[in-house]
Amino acid sequence: MFGLIVTALEQGLVFGIMALGVYITFKVLDFPDLTVDGSFPLGAAVASIIIFNGSNPFLALFLAMAAGLAAGCITGLLNTRGKITGLLSGILTMTALYSINLRIMGRANVTLLNSRTVFTCIEELGVPHSWAFLVLFIIAAFLIKVLLDCFLKTQIGFALRATGDNPEMARANGINTDTMKILGLALSNGLVALSGALVAQYQGFADIGMGIGTIVSGLASVIIGEMMLGERGIGIATFASLMGSFIYRLSIGIALRLGFAATDLKLLTTILVIIALSTPKIRNLLRSTSSTVSNGN
Amino acid sequence: MPKKAFVFILMVALLSTTFMACSTTTSSDKMIKIGISQLVEHPALDSAREGFIEALKEAGYEDGKNIKIDFQNAQNDMTNAQTIARKFVDEKVDMILAIATPAAQAAANVTKDIPILITAVTDPVSAGLAESLENPGGNVTGTTDMNPVAEQIKLIKELVPNAKTFGILYNSGEINSKVQVDIAKQAAEELGLNMVEATVTNSNEVSQATQSLVGRVDAIYVPTDNTIVSSIGAVIKVANDNKIPVIGSERGQVDAGAIATKGIDYKELGKQTGQIAVEIIKGKKPQDIPIEGAKVVTLIINQKAAESIGLTIPEEILNNADEVIK
Repeated sequence: MFGLIVTALEQGLVFGIMALGVYITFKVLDFPDLTVDGSFPLGAAVASIIIFNGSNPFLALFLAMAAGLAAGCITGLLNTRGKITGLLSGILTMTALYSINLRIMGRANVTLLNSRTVFTCIEELGVPHSWAFLVLFIIAAFLIKVLLDCFLKTQIGFALRATGDNPEMARANGINTDTMKILGLALSNGLVALSGALVAQYQGFADIGMGIGTIVSGLASVIIGEMMLGERGIGIATFASLMGSFIYRLSIGIALRLGFAATDLKLLTTILVIIALSTPKIRNLLRSTSSTVSNGN
Repeated sequence: MPKKAFVFILMVALLSTTFMACSTTTSSDKMIKIGISQLVEHPALDSAREGFIEALKEAGYEDGKNIKIDFQNAQNDMTNAQTIARKFVDEKVDMILAIATPAAQAAANVTKDIPILITAVTDPVSAGLAESLENPGGNVTGTTDMNPVAEQIKLIKELVPNAKTFGILYNSGEINSKVQVDIAKQAAEELGLNMVEATVTNSNEVSQATQSLVGRVDAIYVPTDNTIVSSIGAVIKVANDNKIPVIGSERGQVDAGAIATKGIDYKELGKQTGQIAVEIIKGKKPQDIPIEGAKVVTLIINQKAAESIGLTIPEEILNNADEVIK
């Protein structure tokens, strides 16, 4: 029971960083970005190959994030300059990244089991092995959350939010919405890649297949969080994404422990996301029909 | 408020399931607990698991009597493999069987104490699981499914004596396949054969990749590649339509319609792993047990498949076969 919650907390926090990235595109920018299925393993690939070759693991995190930023920029450029729809630009970048990730790693699977990772560094500071993950993930996830909150309250942050809320109005106020889109996508994928880099070190290897389903779990986290805490200020919304990520991982952990047929997990996840996504719309529909009925009376 | 109600139901469901999860894990004290973490549903991996369980049974360890087997499948999701490994460590299982490389890496990453048996891992050393095959050096031992690739390429020459060129199908994203392709290339050179590579990135592309070989090759060779094996039917169909013989790398492929293989029987490999598990149960330490390659290599011929494309199998090869499917 205790182990179940600790595992879910660790996974919830580290994947929560990815969920914060998805929050930026999905909620702030209102852009359906599928790049994440490619930028997540991209971060893992860049970090793992650097760490495998014995370089500084923190440098690896930094470069992984930079690679993610670049990937996001490409999706942004495809969308704004190339006039390709948002969904398709993400899919294109994601597909291209599969080849790029393979090239970066040079093979399909890079092991970090015997390498010096960020967790080795944390342990050297005197943190016991079993707590190293949790300590680092709490610090990293909340640091990023706070930085993101602050950023979204700056002038550029407001411009970014305006771009998502009402692009016409934003343009009328002199905001370059194209630049804002590229910025938001870059930032988002930077976080997703950082999360991938941390996950690779956490699980002890990077694998070309580790990005499958990233977007679904990211969306599920953001949505579950929003359902539990409601749509309120930025600070609460980002916290909700982290919390949603925890609940999501906890549910999977419980399902696995219950001996749920793993075969059904993906379907269950999707159903959860569908219910969560459609509930507000159905509720609105019900409300509007009931109000017309009462008006008719 | 429907939203609050939904959240409430979700929380109740979570809590009650957690309770059930707790109560189901505390009953068996004296039983030896074995956690099986399998990466994905797949005929070869399933056979390995069955063989493992069978070997334990033959040695007198039966699930539900004196051992308790907890089988988990990660559904090809690496994070699930991690969650499963953590679950086994939390529940203090006595031994973990990890099937396929990422499952083994996930397990090795979370425990340095619990013995981990691996199978269906092609290269445990480069996967970081062991220092060397002879002296694994840690808590990991078991069997590799390193395929006798060179033997199989030789089989192409024996079955299709006129062959000059053969095609090889694999997923460029699978580490185990790359290793086999390199060996195949070397074997081909030694035998004076040309090799044409056709790569896929997912199972949807298998049929098309096979199609791309038609007219260019005299035979098709399929390594133990998870993606190709999972859609072997597509390969066989295209090959049969064009009367190209397919040489497989394990018996599952021959059952599905490949002409022949000289290869690993995953069930036997699983059994071999099970026998190592028995040694560990009896007190041997994993670091003292070398990682073994398959002891049993079997020649299996599918005569029916050969006839259907008009290929005659030489009499002496038929006589040497361990099994002929008619």
